[in-house]
Amino acid sequence: MTPRNAKVEGPVWTRKDLLGIEGLAREEIELILDTAPQFVAVSQRESRIKKVPLLQGRLVVNWFHEPSTRTRTSFELAAKRLSADTLSMAAGSSTSESKGETLHDTLANIEAMHTDIIVIRHKCAGAPHMLAGRHKSHIINAGDGRHEHPTQALLDAFTMREHIRRLRQDPAATLDGVNVTLVGDIEHSRVARSNIHCLRALGAKVTLCGPRTLIPMDVARLGVRITHDLRDALEGADVVYALRIQLERQGAGLFPSLREYIRLFRIDSASLAHAPADALVMHPGPINRDVELSTEVADGARSVILEQVSNGVAIRMAVMHLLANSGR
Amino acid sequence: MNDAPLESTVVMDATAMSDYVHVLAREILEDGDAIEDIVFLGILRRGVPLAERIAARLGELTGTTPPVGALATTLYRDDARTAGADDKGYTHFDFEVDGKTVILVDDVLAAGRTIRAAMDEVMDYGRPRHIRLACMIDRGGRELPIQPDYLAWSLATDPNEWVAVRMTELDGEDAVYLERYPAEDESE
Repeated sequence: MTPRNAKVEGPVWTRKDLLGIEGLAREEIELILDTAPQFVAVSQRESRIKKVPLLQGRLVVNWFHEPSTRTRTSFELAAKRLSADTLSMAAGSSTSESKGETLHDTLANIEAMHTDIIVIRHKCAGAPHMLAGRHKSHIINAGDGRHEHPTQALLDAFTMREHIRRLRQDPAATLDGVNVTLVGDIEHSRVARSNIHCLRALGAKVTLCGPRTLIPMDVARLGVRITHDLRDALEGADVVYALRIQLERQGAGLFPSLREYIRLFRIDSASLAHAPADALVMHPGPINRDVELSTEVADGARSVILEQVSNGVAIRMAVMHLLANSGR
Repeated sequence: MNDAPLESTVVMDATAMSDYVHVLAREILEDGDAIEDIVFLGILRRGVPLAERIAARLGELTGTTPPVGALATTLYRDDARTAGADDKGYTHFDFEVDGKTVILVDDVLAAGRTIRAAMDEVMDYGRPRHIRLACMIDRGGRELPIQPDYLAWSLATDPNEWVAVRMTELDGEDAVYLERYPAEDESE
């Protein structure tokens, strides 16, 4: 029978892997965001069965070489809600870390068990890219070194867009012209890097704020505004995004003291008073309470931190569905 | 393939459509399910306004209008097509299906695969007492053992013909067209 009205209209996903946000077209990012709401609804069902059969019989392997609770759990839950079988490979137990040849060998062995999707986190930037070119499973980058964390940026953009749509009562509102301020350690943050690419592609205006030592010199090339004055950064912000201060790096002399960082850059009710009253507060987690974000703000009415977590599952379901069911 | 039909014939006009909605409502009533137990799930998109019309007609006939919800079926399809940005909408209804007589409503029945997906989707929400199927047009070409319980009209079609149901709520008019397209091999 002629599938005349059964043909797919609009953009179609054509990539084998999701390795990063950099290089994705706006249409591709929006396709992922537009695919997610139906999966939000699946998780919110009140019925017994909070899953759909889109990946039934497929095998998803979580392969995390760095500690992670929320991202790993989120990917695992997303795969289960799509009815996939899931397998977690413990970090470092069977491989020597970061050696390219060994990674290939290990993945070849996993693939010999007929995997469909490999979710990988690795401390080396580019590790997922290196694997993607040589293996036929769909590779999803769940964080590679300081490089990218694409699904985090996607769930963040999705959360922002949902709120802008609710706020403006416009179900088709986009992030065009929306002011997003990222505060904190940009230099070491793959979350920041992916978010900058994602938000710029979606037309948002991005401001970066933090100590000079934590903002890379070349980042201005990406079309962002840089300021070292928190008050200046927060004025007119629709979204205030606090990044985690990586306390383990504090000894590296990148900022004089934690106390000074808190005084100059902490998002708390005092500093947030400079932002518009309806500005959203976001954080990728895990939070250092009362370091980059005060407890009252983290748990306050403007915070959508837990919504980010819920949306993360839906976005990862969307990504896995698009990768595995697009016919590539 | 942005092809316009070679030929388009009205096979059902607004008056006939209205009459057939009435016929479907009567058939449902005559089947003897308690009106309080009936819930409608229209299959997006045109199954939804059609379900609303049948429910409204049942309301006129019995004084009780059964609730109507919408089913997308996208996440349950067997052809794993990447619907992606699905602008036809998402499944939504705000009633229980446990113990109910769920009447699925679609404008055109063909292969039956959409109905298979719809049944699987409904079952994930609960355990209906019955699932029944109401359709405006059965155009033939079944690929699964699925038959409508309530049917307005059966219309045998060729593979290069397309039945286009138009409804005022979505298309600005009430009518059913039979459209003839070039055969597949000469269309591109």
